[in-house]
Amino acid sequence: MSLYALQKLLYELNRDAAVQEAYTANRDAVLSRYRLTGEEADAIRADDIGKLYILGVNGQILMHFAAWRGLSWDEYIQAMKDGLAEHGQVRGGLYAAVDGGEGGAL
Amino acid sequence: MSLVFAGIMSHGPGMTARAERADPAVREPFFAALGRLRAALEASRPDAIMVIAAEHFANFFMNNMPAYCIGMAEEYEGPIEDPEWLRIERRTIPGNPDLSRRVIAGVMDRVDVAYAEEWKFDHGIMVPLSFLTPGFDLPVIPANINCQGPPLTPLSRAYEFGRAIRAACDAVPERIALVGTGGISHWPATPNSGKINEEWDREFLERWTRNDRAALTSYSDEETLRDAGQGGFEIRTLIAVAGACEGRSGETWFCEPIPIFATSGFAGVMDVSETASATAA
Repeated sequence: MSLYALQKLLYELNRDAAVQEAYTANRDAVLSRYRLTGEEADAIRADDIGKLYILGVNGQILMHFAAWRGLSWDEYIQAMKDGLAEHGQVRGGLYAAVDGGEGGAL
Repeated sequence: MSLVFAGIMSHGPGMTARAERADPAVREPFFAALGRLRAALEASRPDAIMVIAAEHFANFFMNNMPAYCIGMAEEYEGPIEDPEWLRIERRTIPGNPDLSRRVIAGVMDRVDVAYAEEWKFDHGIMVPLSFLTPGFDLPVIPANINCQGPPLTPLSRAYEFGRAIRAACDAVPERIALVGTGGISHWPATPNSGKINEEWDREFLERWTRNDRAALTSYSDEETLRDAGQGGFEIRTLIAVAGACEGRSGETWFCEPIPIFATSGFAGVMDVSETASATAA
């Protein structure tokens, strides 16, 4: 579980245009700087917002990444709902404890 | 005697990014209340605006997360978000490093605080400024309370942070307006965005308007998470404003749930006149 590294990658992408440019130019080179699990790296490569939510990425980080990847607000919300439907409740991070441990369930 | 204004308001990015999707019957009176807040702020003739915000990973991460931080930069840039998404143009906002430095030093007399000479604003500060100082021309002193990455500062410390800000502001000659901005109950940026515990919000603001320190600081984080969502942790910003106005009461000018804004839209002010007890404390 490297949720810390996953969120750090997204945090740095969100706030630093240079990291965004590097990511656009050579994504795997940027990903290799962070100790991601294979599952996390796959979710990033697929722009799988729902899976990233299930893995525990904080929404205050995830919604900006989603917007940068071109998702509208409604698409972003739907992606997380799809993630919950496909993978079950949030596995890590703050949201795993939300709503009495329901893990973000609707 | 230089804290000249104290107010609170919500800051959901939807307020600018998705404004047209809110019910006009609620949105219009909410925005009118924010217009009134702006007028009151301007009438206080501030030299600077101090914004106590619940930062959302625009500047700080869990590699070094300050419980409290105050900005000390010449200028700030924002928003970090895609400007087209937030619908606020990216720009530079002036700071006042000399004033920041004196305020930070004053705060440090009472509580420990980090400072930062680099700071990018996210919607948590840009949205309030877009309503209160739409020219983005009034120098800003940003302050941050970690409301996202537990462990979080206790609510009682947030109140103390406000008291320390009050003492620090009163020790400088400049006129400073203080604005606390956070959500009350909300589940922002999650599939439950739009869920709002209206009763909880009204009860919180009732405690806030009477500046009931014991009641304001009695929520446990477990209770807040259960009843008000992870966004409820942001009440720390509002509690700090109450701390800055200890001994005085406030008014809630507006509070109604606006689901597309992810929170209740709210606005309020608190009396900033000095009290004998606050002066002696």
